[in-house]
Amino acid sequence: MTSPFVQPFGDESLGDNLLNRSEEMELNFGPQHPSTHGVLRLKLKVDGERIIDCYPIIGYLHRGTEKLFELHPYFQNVPHTDRMDYVAAATNNLAYVGAVEKLMGLVVPPRAGYIRVLLCELQRISSHLLWLATHAIDIGAMTPFFYTFRERELILDLFEEYCGARLTLNCMRPGGMPHDLPVGWIEKCRVFVDGFLPRIDEYEGLLTENRIWKKRTVGVGVLDPQVAIDYGITGPMLRGSGIDWDMRKQMPYEVYPEMQFDVPLGKNGDTYDRYLVRMEEMRQSNRILRQCLDQIPEGPIMAKRPRVMKAVKDGEVYHGIEGPKGEIGFYIVGDGTPNPYRCHVRAPSFINLQSVPELCKGALIADLVAIIGTTDIVLGEVDR
Amino acid sequence: MSDEPEKPAGAPETPEPAPAAPAAPAPAAPAADDEAAKAAAKDAALEKAKAAAAAKAAAAPPRPAPAPEDPNKPLWEKDPIVPEWKDAWDDPVAAALKEEFGERIESARTFAGDLTLHIQREAIAEVAASLRTKHKFTYLVDVCGADYPKREPRFDVVYHAHSFEANRRIRLRVTTDEATPVPTVCHVWRAANWSEREVYDMYGVRFSDHPDMTRILLWEGFNGYPLRKDFPVEGIDTGSAIYPEYYQETAGPVAGTGTGWKPAKPPAPAAEAPAAAPVTEKPS
Repeated sequence: MTSPFVQPFGDESLGDNLLNRSEEMELNFGPQHPSTHGVLRLKLKVDGERIIDCYPIIGYLHRGTEKLFELHPYFQNVPHTDRMDYVAAATNNLAYVGAVEKLMGLVVPPRAGYIRVLLCELQRISSHLLWLATHAIDIGAMTPFFYTFRERELILDLFEEYCGARLTLNCMRPGGMPHDLPVGWIEKCRVFVDGFLPRIDEYEGLLTENRIWKKRTVGVGVLDPQVAIDYGITGPMLRGSGIDWDMRKQMPYEVYPEMQFDVPLGKNGDTYDRYLVRMEEMRQSNRILRQCLDQIPEGPIMAKRPRVMKAVKDGEVYHGIEGPKGEIGFYIVGDGTPNPYRCHVRAPSFINLQSVPELCKGALIADLVAIIGTTDIVLGEVDR
Repeated sequence: MSDEPEKPAGAPETPEPAPAAPAAPAPAAPAADDEAAKAAAKDAALEKAKAAAAAKAAAAPPRPAPAPEDPNKPLWEKDPIVPEWKDAWDDPVAAALKEEFGERIESARTFAGDLTLHIQREAIAEVAASLRTKHKFTYLVDVCGADYPKREPRFDVVYHAHSFEANRRIRLRVTTDEATPVPTVCHVWRAANWSEREVYDMYGVRFSDHPDMTRILLWEGFNGYPLRKDFPVEGIDTGSAIYPEYYQETAGPVAGTGTGWKPAKPPAPAAEAPAAAPVTEKPS
């Protein structure tokens, strides 16, 4: 499957005229380019406006998080996970505490599981809203930014009321949750959930049938399903190519087995399909939120756990969950001390970014901005 | 350490140190520099402490037996069930691979439901290809490294693969040392490319036949492999002493000064000689 925008280059052996003669040039895209969503540098080989080759250079934001994990006890590592994908802290927290619970054999009480799912789905919506805002701005649509940040603000307010923080939440602990929901939180969340569906229609009204939007996204950055699997791509990127793979459905965790929701799939695997998938995911998240608010039981929020948590010697686990950007997983090795011996992060942005050279071969430089936007990377997670 | 009158068992012992207690401050007050008296007082105090502890231990009621756990208690109120390693040769994938590769699959074990196969280093690419084609593990989740400096060979490379058909995961593990490269699996799964580069970047483990075996997160020429256990947490000198071609003399980040960034000083004539320190290959 190739992009319809790819045109054959002139072949000099056939006596092409001067207009078709091409000259290769190297171009540095980033690391301080506003459309790279952080400090991503792409070394491009271009022929006029067309990209022949692309070589991503990353690591500008490397902070050695995996080394830091080895220095702190299990429960003190949760804040480090906030700072990787800093627009989706709750899902990072859940992946980490889920891995620790698997390593220690802890079972989470149901109310804590519901609170976790509530926070994670709010986080998924907020992450997708941020993606939509920046992606649209990259392509040239300014208005969605103001619309989406209006609703994102409401979600951040809910987070602030639950745990006191808006971005770096640190809102989960191995074994359960640190606090119960504050009084009136469920009602406030319900107000948001009820009001959010029409807002998604508003965004879609701005973009979905917009002629300029479609010209900029349809057929751009086409990702073949087999290539997507080969590159280990997960999340909306994979579902946009039509692969039905959502860890909330296929390898469920927490209380997702009790939730009714659909997994939206794309057909063509282009930027436009990935946009549609993410928009529909927000609707489905809203559906999950509503079910959670209706079904959330009373009860304890913390499992019985040892005061000092020590993993069994040589025990090792991998636990992955469906984050807003794809599968975020933690591989933890214990050595009988209160600190993890090794903690590796399977960062979805890192793996998904690997496919950018494949996606932008033959694309225009202006399309590269759309392609980076549609992979939905956060450089804090790419570089860790 | 107060007196405990209600003890029948400790009764004969307590009177002995009891007179020693007033004796302790008595010699200390008049002759402060009398070493012998001091030592005696110390001994007496120790004796008393010992006796009191013995009395306490003798008097303490036997520990009540732990109450039997209520079987109807929900799981989260019970003690956590810590997972254990188990042999898993009966697993269909493990058994099939064992039949195909024989001795080159060294062990198959499960922990917390994760199947782990230990594989000989030279066979990893073939095992990966077999997993991908015959067992439909088409999706490589992750590749990562680990360092066990007390062990020989010291490094682990850990692969997680996933099969959409069977909806299950498998973990492969090979061991290697600094000198021996591991066969790459990026010709089997393209996803391995960057992950293997990251392992090389963080541990210095090399992968043979890799199309682009360069550092990925750190810069080319960085001195050392930061996730090794012997790499200092506070960082290493990355200033002009090691990288004279990047920094002015006596400038650049220096270890042991927090984030200390030494501003460039006008080079004094005497400081010129130590600035040209030799470039070391490895931190040791």
